[in-house]
Amino acid sequence: MFARAAALAAMLTALAAFDGAAAQMANQPPDTMAARVEACTPCHGNKGEGTSDVYFPRLAGKPAGYLYNQLLAFRSGRRKYPPMNYLLEFLPDPYLEAMAEYFASEHPPLPQPAPSEVSKDVLAQGELLATSGDAGRNIPACVSCHGPGLTGMQPGIPGLLGLRAAYVSAQLGAWRYGTRTAKSPDCMQLVAGHLTEADVTAVAAWLATRPAPADPAPVPKGTYALPFGCGSQPN
Amino acid sequence: MGSRLSITLLALAALTTAAQAQDKTSDVIARGEYLARAGDCTACHTAAEGRLFAGGRPMPTPFGTIYTSNITPDPETGIGKWSADDFYRTMHNGRFPDGGLIYPAMPFASYTKVTRVDSDAIFAYLRSIAPVNQKNKPHELRFPYDNRQLILGWRTLFFSEGEFKPDPTKSAEWNRGAYLVEGLGHCGMCHSPINALGGTSQSDAFKGGLIPMQNWYAPSLTSNREAGLGDWSIKDISDLLQTGVSARGVVYGPMAEVVHNSLQYLSDADTRAMAVYLKGIAEASSPPPASSALPNTESSLLISLGKTVYDKNCASCHGTQGEGKPPHWPPLANNQSIEMQSAVNPIRMVLNGGYPPGTKGNPMPYGMPPFAGLLSDNEVAAVVSYIRTAWGNRGTPVSAREANELRSAPLN
Repeated sequence: MFARAAALAAMLTALAAFDGAAAQMANQPPDTMAARVEACTPCHGNKGEGTSDVYFPRLAGKPAGYLYNQLLAFRSGRRKYPPMNYLLEFLPDPYLEAMAEYFASEHPPLPQPAPSEVSKDVLAQGELLATSGDAGRNIPACVSCHGPGLTGMQPGIPGLLGLRAAYVSAQLGAWRYGTRTAKSPDCMQLVAGHLTEADVTAVAAWLATRPAPADPAPVPKGTYALPFGCGSQPN
Repeated sequence: MGSRLSITLLALAALTTAAQAQDKTSDVIARGEYLARAGDCTACHTAAEGRLFAGGRPMPTPFGTIYTSNITPDPETGIGKWSADDFYRTMHNGRFPDGGLIYPAMPFASYTKVTRVDSDAIFAYLRSIAPVNQKNKPHELRFPYDNRQLILGWRTLFFSEGEFKPDPTKSAEWNRGAYLVEGLGHCGMCHSPINALGGTSQSDAFKGGLIPMQNWYAPSLTSNREAGLGDWSIKDISDLLQTGVSARGVVYGPMAEVVHNSLQYLSDADTRAMAVYLKGIAEASSPPPASSALPNTESSLLISLGKTVYDKNCASCHGTQGEGKPPHWPPLANNQSIEMQSAVNPIRMVLNGGYPPGTKGNPMPYGMPPFAGLLSDNEVAAVVSYIRTAWGNRGTPVSAREANELRSAPLN
């Protein structure tokens, strides 16, 4: 009798606890990364697909290692954009890693390329630089690191698709002027240092015209050898 | 035989003593590390991507830029040649070992309250970390502030030397809290009004003020109409200090840094002691309600636009009645941070958004997006006016001009 009463009491207590937990849950934000990154989405899109603002990049589907490096660089102030520096300043590494993983694992479709505002000649110059580089000026082709399909390589090299010309141009400019830097050897700073303003305009414009490939995923690490050392992609 | 035994015993005794001494040393170092956290030394003495305590962090002040110093045990560029006496004198009296005057950006007006035992423990800890050979950068202060003799004047007005004196009429817990808040915590550096001379008078302690250069308002800790914690539970205060979030609100802006670097590491007992003290210094009676400079017709137009902006952009997290989902989505109804006379912080939260700090107790905080790019000055003013006056909140409307001025506030 006593045992049955005790069992009943225990069951009731458990039920009450369950009730309490359910009530607690109902009154809490969803325990998901999607809810935690709501601070990011007005600028970067709900799934990191980007927004109408041409200076805010798409994050979705980029390699997690690349996104994590950027989050670390914004947090330390190495990569300068005050609203990002401010948001991330007091967030711990594992959380930034989880944010990077979250956006890396989202795969909203790539946008339709917008019609280009530059001339055919400029686009042709952009295509030449992006696909063949210019050995005489020490400029490697974009595809030699970012991949033949421009989809990037795990873990640290981003794809270049789905970005607007204004964003790519601003980033190349930032490397040329040294306001965007990465771990040494800072390969993009070296490359951008050889580019003229006309090169930047042409490459950025051509990249923005690229249609989505069948498989937009970054290729696995080591799929191809990089032409030179890169701090963000250790061998 | 007998002598061999006694030698063995002696050797054993010597070993034990050495081991005990080592234990004691490592205890002191651990204690020093804890106290250095309580004093948030790293916030200033470690630069972004810099080595621990190697200094070199630029500190913008209204008088020019001060570069923090290297406090690693490097003999050339750090404090490797200092004695415990030197260190105590610096903490307690704001003077370098050679007698030189230290700029009061170093909170020695608070650290003077730290006991000798605690100062020695912090020194022992600093002696134990990796030395870094990195020269201190000279300050870039404008004339006449580059003249250190001016500090003498400042000291006469605003500095009173002396270790913390417990108040025998209060509990041990209250006194421990007071010691931490007034001393190592140096809370008064921000939470007291700073006058034109860069000082705080004793009678204004913890009465709040705009933090120079950062343009965040550090609310009063003594007024329940600001951040006074008189009607908060000890648990809510402790949660806020230790995890950065609580049922009543979350920390943001410069206070997020304090929780991140310092308060999250304090023991439950010390956190509670600070909570008890902070609750105790809050004023029971409220000052008269604040009045708005805006004409009534303009206010009511703003507030009705504000409700539209709120329902569209804010209600999904903060609730249609401002109830939020605490602790992660803070309530806005009955939230002192929103109602207080200065509207700087609510305007900045709308413009800049923010994440509470990631802490041991809350490692993956929820964040708020910046609305600077999404809302016009008028909409920002409207929504802030709405949340300051809706649901029984007793704040006042704000103007589009006030919102606009804070768009250029520094973010870091």
